Amino acid sequence: MYEQVLLLERRDSEYQDLAGYRLAGGYSALGSTLRDSSPEQLIDLVKEAKLRGRGGAGFPTGLKWSFVPKGNASAKWLLCNADEGEPGTFKDRIIMEQTPHLLLEGMTLAAYAIGAAKAYIYIRGEYVTAIRRLEREIQASLQAGLLGKNILGSGFDLDIYVHRGAGAYICGEETALIESLEGKRGQPRFKPPFPAVSGFYKGPTVVNNVETLACVPPIVQRGADWFRSIGSEKCPGPKLYCLSGHVRRPGLYELPMGISLRELVEQHAGGTHSGKKIKAVIPGGISAALLPEPALDVAMDFDALSAAGTMLGSAGVIVMDESTCMVRVAHRIIEFFHHESCGKCTPCREGLAWVEQMLGRIEAGEAKSGDLESMERLYGNIEGNTFCLLGDAAAMALRGVVKNFRHEFIERIQQGGRAA
Amino acid sequence: MKDQTLKQQITEMATRYPASRSAVMPALHLAQAHYGYLTQDAMAEVAEYLHLPRVTVLEIATFYSLFHTRRVGKYHLQLCTNLSCMLLGAERLQRQLEQQLDIRCGETTADGRFTLTAVECLGACEMAPVMQLNDDYCGHLNEQRLAEMLQTLQEEPNSNPENGPPSS
Repeated sequence: MYEQVLLLERRDSEYQDLAGYRLAGGYSALGSTLRDSSPEQLIDLVKEAKLRGRGGAGFPTGLKWSFVPKGNASAKWLLCNADEGEPGTFKDRIIMEQTPHLLLEGMTLAAYAIGAAKAYIYIRGEYVTAIRRLEREIQASLQAGLLGKNILGSGFDLDIYVHRGAGAYICGEETALIESLEGKRGQPRFKPPFPAVSGFYKGPTVVNNVETLACVPPIVQRGADWFRSIGSEKCPGPKLYCLSGHVRRPGLYELPMGISLRELVEQHAGGTHSGKKIKAVIPGGISAALLPEPALDVAMDFDALSAAGTMLGSAGVIVMDESTCMVRVAHRIIEFFHHESCGKCTPCREGLAWVEQMLGRIEAGEAKSGDLESMERLYGNIEGNTFCLLGDAAAMALRGVVKNFRHEFIERIQQGGRAA
Repeated sequence: MKDQTLKQQITEMATRYPASRSAVMPALHLAQAHYGYLTQDAMAEVAEYLHLPRVTVLEIATFYSLFHTRRVGKYHLQLCTNLSCMLLGAERLQRQLEQQLDIRCGETTADGRFTLTAVECLGACEMAPVMQLNDDYCGHLNEQRLAEMLQTLQEEPNSNPENGPPSS
């Protein structure tokens, strides 16, 4: 039986405040680390655990931390990416609402590892409940000596601030997040330099996702071997999966990394709510290419999904039953990406506008033969030609729909209007 | 009439960051909460307190979708229309809202009571279809729940129909 370590609220809702979190052993990881371990030892532990970033890219967290230069030459920054905007994803919101201290303790450990004295939680502006709760609990931590000056008598100082976003998907991209936190429009920067070298106000900066940071206290408490005993060798640890769409039991599931997508959808989430057959499943938020029903026997981890031509992304699993019109799905996905394009790169800004128009014509039955091929050439020319991955994600998502359900597009073009 | 509380809040906010420019978003949130929406004067105040050019503040206010440079109704209904909600009937709910309120998405009712906006994913797909009513999430919507909700909101006395600045 898998024991949940991230979703403590399933056992008790008392973890929302500091007293409850401490009763459950909270902050023992921080206490033992500040007492017994150097920042280097903490980085080594997280490397040994093989924790990979839960925001989507799957980059090794310990390695990311180790890129931050040692010494006090310039101020270092820890930024928590809580700008959860990938459609189909709600895991970070639930962590912040239900166990805010799991994130705050994880952030304090991460800041200690990289030598940051200030940290910001860049949270999406809609998450008002989480914002209020985090602000309240930061005050509680300050009063308890768990934040602020000389934390637990260790000499380590840290302030954490909540920075409320204002509705821009692009700010989930780490360099756009940094730009936004500097008070600018959220537009991605060219990399390199990477944030670990030159990030927030040109200082060394680590940007970590909420779930990634929430994994750190359990790693310290239970050890790297425990973490690696869950999931697969290259992608270990507990994982949060967000289930939504045509599914009987939508919700957040904490299970080992690498569980089969079919098991996740059919057993844990109970299959489709309608009892109809599954048509396709998006495994990692709408940026991830969908998988048709026969391809569901795939492990939910970074490497297996990449090999299957898609990605784990944010683990936002969206289930579609056989009644779903895939032309409509494609059109809605591209409307989203076009709306959220920051406008910096021409291929993304203009290309997505054209693709959206073409999909609109196909859906309305006003497309001509050859339009599908033109559209494919068009989105092929977005890929690889932009600063960030938003344009690539749009192309990947659309290619997934067209590749698996091409006949629906062709039928719509041939018949015109809504297919019978 | 400038408000000293707002000035204090914004100035305090600026101390959290290595440069005051970083406080522009929190300052705009504060100004918007204070005035109801971001008027030219409100943006000018933010610019003044943070020592920024006005155009910088305008640039930020118009880039981010949660900042409103036009008046918003007393009840701001933000219906998610992204994929998970769409699969569970958000398009039907959008038509219902447009019909019952007699406005299109992006518009405000003549009495200033309701603004309707179709929005991208609210990050609450486990309760799809979902809508944000001012700060609160309302999930697991269907036609009946939505109709009941609208009726309750329509019947509430409208003490502040203009939703303008508080009379301080």
